[in-house]
Amino acid sequence: MIPFREGSLLWGGSSFVELLHRVRPENASLPSVVPSGGGERSSSVFSGSPASVPVWHGTTVLALTIRSGVVMAADRQASEGYQVADRAIQKIFPVDRSSAVAIAGAAGPAIEMARLFRVEIEHYEKLEGVALSLLGKANKLGQMVRDHLPLALQGLLVVPLYAGYDSRTGAGRIFKYDAAGGRYEEETFHSNGSGGLFARNVLKMLYHPEMDETEGVSTALRALYEAADDDLATGGADFVRGIFPLVHVIDRDGVREVPVTDVSRVLEEIGDRLKRRVTP
Amino acid sequence: MTMPFYVSPEQFLQDKAEYAKKGISRGRSIAVLEVIEGILLVADNSSHALHKISEIYDRVAFAGVGKYSEFENLRKAGIRYADLKGFMYSREDVTGRSLANAYSELLGNAFSQEMKPMEVEILLADLGTEDRPNEIYRISFDGSIFDESLVSVVGGRSDQLKTFLKDRVRPGVTLKEGLSLVRSGFLEQNENGHPVMNIEAAILERSATGRCFRRFSPEEVGRLLSNDP
Repeated sequence: MIPFREGSLLWGGSSFVELLHRVRPENASLPSVVPSGGGERSSSVFSGSPASVPVWHGTTVLALTIRSGVVMAADRQASEGYQVADRAIQKIFPVDRSSAVAIAGAAGPAIEMARLFRVEIEHYEKLEGVALSLLGKANKLGQMVRDHLPLALQGLLVVPLYAGYDSRTGAGRIFKYDAAGGRYEEETFHSNGSGGLFARNVLKMLYHPEMDETEGVSTALRALYEAADDDLATGGADFVRGIFPLVHVIDRDGVREVPVTDVSRVLEEIGDRLKRRVTP
Repeated sequence: MTMPFYVSPEQFLQDKAEYAKKGISRGRSIAVLEVIEGILLVADNSSHALHKISEIYDRVAFAGVGKYSEFENLRKAGIRYADLKGFMYSREDVTGRSLANAYSELLGNAFSQEMKPMEVEILLADLGTEDRPNEIYRISFDGSIFDESLVSVVGGRSDQLKTFLKDRVRPGVTLKEGLSLVRSGFLEQNENGHPVMNIEAAILERSATGRCFRRFSPEEVGRLLSNDP
């Protein structure tokens, strides 16, 4: 049955997160039910020190603006300590027709957050009959990161990177977050995760605002290459298994994944150029 | 002690049904057709802001006639139900059938338990896949549920429009043909003519992936109805 009288579970506003909270009050991603210092409800996940619970971590994700929109890229590796937990996880999630979120941090809660965020945005659009603005969506994600703070304090840090095409300004926009839910807009590029610093350094050298799509994709892949080169937890291209970084382009036509064949070709070109440089 | 007037349950329910039917027939019609491109939903609606047709989930669309506030609440409850189910289980576990059953139960309860029945009639369209045919459900104010195919009409003088369309719609009509048939039906119903602007149309598109619902803008409707190919 669908009850929709005032006071019933399915009554209320346009937020799916709030709806989920009413229907499933034990949902751990919501702040009021997560004890901040362990507490009675604590499970091994909540009470143990971060190191005692094996948690998968995702690593390098990045986004950069190009002339027509924005490019997002991420490696595919999930790590558990010094071991590879998964070689082909997905870290970029399309949210709607004009934006995508890339996650770094504890893989479980991060993927859950991306899924929840996507439903939240779609739920709002369906109920209200109109989509949220890009800034509205970015702020909503900030609230979700802040709601996650108690878990972040216990070691399950999740830091998303959000990028989209803003039809009102006609340009790509990038939003980065801190663990406390702070939302900061980045006009050029940003990268997150353990290899984020290396990727950022490459982007800093190569970035210019007039890039076209091809150059944007190859710059993103070069940054990921360097991140994988210097960071243990970031996966590089795997030519044996055919696993390559995920690259998404977001512009006025929507969100689309760059085909694997194109990604591998660009990576081979990068490899060839580098070979010429290091071999005498 | 005063005795309440005795009204036989039969009389009571009949009165309620009549009340609801009156409310529903006052409105304008909505038609749902199976076309080659997917499932077409067309409403006779003069407002561009207050929709009668809406997306519920990836492959499920909703159309309601009658009292706006009532079918709007039903629509929202359906979206909440579907999104919750899709989030807790998986997106493919949200089906038109389970939604139709939930609506039927809700309307049935409201009809038998509340003083005022809901003055609504709703249509639920579930776009099929390669291994599953389309499903169209019509759910009436008393919770009775009808499994329809090819054409379904609710609201206003629905019988007239239904006869008109049943005579003309054949399996395998295109979107363009279907839309102009419904428009002829609207013209038939209104002696004073029927402006194209009063047509609200949307489709569950077979060629789409993920969210298949697409609303046509008034310009698109005009273009689809124009004669040039």
